Amino acid sequence: MMSSAVTPNPADLMGSGNEQHVTEEERKWAVAKRYWYLITLIVPVLLIFSGVMAIETQSGQWLWLLVTVFFIVIPIVDFICGSDSFNPSEEEQAVLKDDRFYVKILYAATALQWAGLVSMTCVVTQGDFSWFNILGAILSVGAMHAVGLTMSHELGHKMNDKNQVLAAKICSACCGYAHFNIEHNKGHHKDVATPEDPASSRMGESLYQFALRELPGAARRGWNLEASRLNRQKRSVFSIHNELLQSLAVTVVAYGIMTFLFGWMALPFLLISAAYGWFQLTMANYIEHYGLLRQTLENGRFERCQPHHSWNNNFKASNLLTLHLQRHSDHHAHPTRPYQLLRDYQDAPELPHGYPGMMGMALIPPAWRMIMDHRVVEWAGGDMEKVNIDPAQREEIFSKFHNPKLATA
Amino acid sequence: MATYQCPDCGYVYDEKVGCEHEGYPAGTQWEDIPEEFPCPDCFVREKPDFEMLEGGK
Repeated sequence: MMSSAVTPNPADLMGSGNEQHVTEEERKWAVAKRYWYLITLIVPVLLIFSGVMAIETQSGQWLWLLVTVFFIVIPIVDFICGSDSFNPSEEEQAVLKDDRFYVKILYAATALQWAGLVSMTCVVTQGDFSWFNILGAILSVGAMHAVGLTMSHELGHKMNDKNQVLAAKICSACCGYAHFNIEHNKGHHKDVATPEDPASSRMGESLYQFALRELPGAARRGWNLEASRLNRQKRSVFSIHNELLQSLAVTVVAYGIMTFLFGWMALPFLLISAAYGWFQLTMANYIEHYGLLRQTLENGRFERCQPHHSWNNNFKASNLLTLHLQRHSDHHAHPTRPYQLLRDYQDAPELPHGYPGMMGMALIPPAWRMIMDHRVVEWAGGDMEKVNIDPAQREEIFSKFHNPKLATA
Repeated sequence: MATYQCPDCGYVYDEKVGCEHEGYPAGTQWEDIPEEFPCPDCFVREKPDFEMLEGGK
């Protein structure tokens, strides 16, 4: 299974998906799924609910609700509900593609995202809660930010739709991740699964080492990409047309207003929550391409990104929550494909758990390596030359895993 | 005036229209577009991947 992933079927690359027999049960699920996507809205709604309950009951533990749901409840629900094998047929895709319902969910999520941030900032600054419960609020808001960035990610890929691009900027501004849409589309998608990409993790690199490389690296790349675009337009990088600065201005104004309304304590709360949101997005980036490497062609260019250059995952609950972001192989092969059309690839390398569970493991580097390193080796068929390796650990990883006999077999 | 299409997402580069947002004004000829020009919709295909639709050299 894994070795065939290295040379995928051309039909998979062109986007016909996997041939499969659709059962009656799957058909029912496909119909219901349209409404199950509304579950993404539950993230900001739960945050608002937890804030209201904390004030009503004067019990600060409520502020831990969302982070608990994300890291404990969702992995359990994933385990119970299992995976989602349904891929829409060509005819179904044609209908799904133009259904505006799916875009409206994204707009509603963007508005609720901001409502969640404002309400929780109000609750934390106006209530009398312990530092421990405020920490819960920070992690909960950060988790909402990270899920919000998956909305922003989906919106930001629709460059031919001005409203969606605008909503993407407003959504990213919620946690001050101003460079996200520029950097992600033009930087990460171009360089994915190469040593040049700060947002593709390398085998042997811990989540924390990756964060120190990715966070500044992506910010720098986003800024440089926008600067070169403005340079081509013969405009100053500090002009009103700088989209990165536009998004940043929304954050500065909104955070300024909240600080004015709720007092000075609002500012550190907002900034620390945003920083944690960034970190949680970094966790997602860490998971998505760990160790995977695109080969260099004879002309010196990297081969085109294919489904086996992303870790895929197909658990029902976490896939609904992240708008099919976990069907990452299809997303990278076809970045403009709307989330409701993304398909599962049977041949793509597969993660053993959904993102929330994998994030929990990434926080403990030895656990992560125990679970993931052998999967990377299997993916590469034992040939470590085909793996994106942390240069500092190259020798150690080669001596431990490189098996040229297996590689040439 | 010629048009070229991204083989993945279907974006069409029309020399008449150019791509203002990416800094290529209306009338920019395909030959003046740099080789590393990424598709301004999907950003994963580049100029050499584009297919000519009409009028190209």
